[in-house]
Amino acid sequence: MALDHVDLSIEEGEFVAILGTNGSGKSTLAKQLNAILLPTSGVCRVAGMDTRAAERLWDIRQTVGMVFQNPDNQIIAAIVEDDVAFGPENLGVPSDEIRRRVDESLAAVGMTSFRGFAPHLLSGGQKQRVAIAGTLAMKTKCLVLDEPTAMLDPVGRREVLETVRRLHRESGITVVYITHFMEEAAAAQRIVVMEDGKIVEDGSPKAIFGRVDAMRKRGLDVPLAAEVAWKLQKQGIQLPENIVTNEELAVALCR
Amino acid sequence: MLTDITIGQFFPGTSILHRLDPRAKLLLLLVLMAAIFVFDTPGGYAVLTGLALLLAATSGVPLSMYFRSLRPLWWILAFTFLIHLCATPGEVFFHFWIFDMTKEGLSRGFFLCLRLTLLILFSSLLTFTTSPLSLTDGMERLLRPLKVVGVPAHELAMMMTIALRFVPTLIEETDTIMKAQQSRGADFSTGNALKRVRHLVPILVPLFISSFRRADELATAMEARCYRGGEGRTRMKELHVGGIDYAAAGVTALLFAAMGAMKMAGI
Repeated sequence: MALDHVDLSIEEGEFVAILGTNGSGKSTLAKQLNAILLPTSGVCRVAGMDTRAAERLWDIRQTVGMVFQNPDNQIIAAIVEDDVAFGPENLGVPSDEIRRRVDESLAAVGMTSFRGFAPHLLSGGQKQRVAIAGTLAMKTKCLVLDEPTAMLDPVGRREVLETVRRLHRESGITVVYITHFMEEAAAAQRIVVMEDGKIVEDGSPKAIFGRVDAMRKRGLDVPLAAEVAWKLQKQGIQLPENIVTNEELAVALCR
Repeated sequence: MLTDITIGQFFPGTSILHRLDPRAKLLLLLVLMAAIFVFDTPGGYAVLTGLALLLAATSGVPLSMYFRSLRPLWWILAFTFLIHLCATPGEVFFHFWIFDMTKEGLSRGFFLCLRLTLLILFSSLLTFTTSPLSLTDGMERLLRPLKVVGVPAHELAMMMTIALRFVPTLIEETDTIMKAQQSRGADFSTGNALKRVRHLVPILVPLFISSFRRADELATAMEARCYRGGEGRTRMKELHVGGIDYAAAGVTALLFAAMGAMKMAGI
């Protein structure tokens, strides 16, 4: 069973990171959120719509936009702006409205100057930003990103995370961010940890990364700062609890 | 190496041909191709040749490209010409061994070669001045009425678009696979033809497997973005038939009338 007794509710405007080893059910959970997969038992509701209700399928997929891991395999058109237009075109939006949305979405991810480019000329981070713009153009309320940075270099990773954080902050978009990078998860408001298709932890980054032992046992890492703080504490050095970011560690050590 | 390949033969520009609607260009190409066979008089050929040369000269595409597009046809042209020269009965003007070259053969061979050359030239004019994407768009619109008889116009166009989009990606991937196999000692450049074909297997197998995986992921991504076929779909870039297209159609009609008149008069 890929998902087992998962009981999770994500509020509008939340930024949730989902962690877990390979095969823990993260991607399966993500695909439930826009009805690519349907629950075999139990219910998955998106903005009050049951994902098994076939007549609401396109409303659900418009509400929840998805960005996948491989940037090459989710860009459909041979020109950046045509690809961003793909979603609204499918929804039957009039052409001048599509043009407006495409311009807005490309501006929102900072890709306006690449509008006429062929996708294969872009870097991985830029391709992922185009993919994000493609969901924004559908007027998506919730963005689900399934390991969007797994195939990117550090620069691309930063680009994507910055873009997502800005969209969350400025447009109040709901974000579900699946990742293997703990530094990225630390940017979320809430972290959900999965194991064998079950949710085993659910809390703030501080609460989750504060328990380094527990994370280790699950085969997961913690951000470097949290690990250093934990090791120092074991050596008997007095440090405040719940250090997650480098800045917090630096401030605590300088005191 | 492999990544230098460009798709299609499109030369961006602003000539009259570039500004025509792709549908208009496709239809006019068909009409002109028919004209090559219908108006088979010296006068007709003169008009069509003149038109082709005028369009080529004003297209803004380097003229050498047109010669290059004729190059694969060179042997066929020469062969056709020789066969007609020697095999047409009539007034012999040169005799060599068992070959009798006739004046009738000379003119028949010449006009046949001209016909083939014109066909290639007119199609090159289309592909050189129309981007593959607008060509696909144009074909989709033109084929749309045929949907009632079961022609999947939208699906064909979507396939073309995706193929065009993935050509560079797959070329890059082929390059990577070749390098990976070469670093394991694979040899692609020696041996006879059969051996070289066998050497392609370790490239093609991984390429095919990865293409299937890509197709699967792409299909999921398309569904996630509400793709559900051509029904009810709108387009951001609508095609517009403008004055220039009607003018082109008008000029073509006039040329047709002129060629028809010349054929009646036997010129």
